[in-house]
Amino acid sequence: MPAGTLYRGREGMWSWVAHRVTGVLIFFFLFAHVLDTALVRVSPESYDTVIQTYKTPLVNLMEYGLVAAILFHALNGLRVVAVDFWSKGPKYQKQMLWTVVGVWVVLMAGSFYGILQHTLISWFGK
Amino acid sequence: MSTEISDALVVPSKHAHTGKGLGTGNPADAFVIEPPRKRTAKTPRRTRTNFEMLAWLFMRLSGVVLVVLILGHLLIMLVLDGGVSKIGFAFVAGRWASPFWQGWDLLMLWLAMLHGANGMRQVINDYAEKDSTRLWLKGLMGTATVFTVLLGTLVIFTFDPNI
Repeated sequence: MPAGTLYRGREGMWSWVAHRVTGVLIFFFLFAHVLDTALVRVSPESYDTVIQTYKTPLVNLMEYGLVAAILFHALNGLRVVAVDFWSKGPKYQKQMLWTVVGVWVVLMAGSFYGILQHTLISWFGK
Repeated sequence: MSTEISDALVVPSKHAHTGKGLGTGNPADAFVIEPPRKRTAKTPRRTRTNFEMLAWLFMRLSGVVLVVLILGHLLIMLVLDGGVSKIGFAFVAGRWASPFWQGWDLLMLWLAMLHGANGMRQVINDYAEKDSTRLWLKGLMGTATVFTVLLGTLVIFTFDPNI
């Protein structure tokens, strides 16, 4: 392993790592998503067939994971903007990261039923 | 000794490179150090623009807009009105009947793809150490980005609910 792989650790470095990882994941999903949506120009049947896979329990769970990645990237992105443009941003970057994590936990808990309702209803009924 | 120094012209350190006076006594004062970002006649053409600063600014501006566009998109598509269950050709046709949602999706497509492509450019620049590897990865990523943006744009503008 090359020297200096670990930067300074702690909140600053790990939020940067998580921002990169989630960003790359979201970008690759975006390619797939534009391609699947492009099927509306092929035929309603081919689009609906592919969209059926989005409704299977495993992919439904992956959608929850996608939302987890996007929510972190969005909230931490706002933190990065605050660090860059708010005069006290660098001073409060740690507190802002824990605020991001807190809001993320609340939104993930709040959207659990909404996103997975399709699978939950198909398994357990209304 | 003491008379030599008192006879000398004392100038501020920022004038030390002029060769007049003794400066602060720091040997570094004898050298002219250009500000790191100063552009000179020798600056390569590709670094004479503010591309990296504009890319940095674009990431922040597009990011803030994308927070609204994408979280709204996720709420409508994955949470409200039965979640993912409702999505199908008919649902897409209903939404794209409105220029508002067409515009929303078009702006989201362009901003997200450019934001993602610039992020990937930075990741590639950071980790691909060989010049040729960097060039190939960025070429591949750029080609895929242009293709996807154009395809998505074409789909939004040519969508036909009666296909």
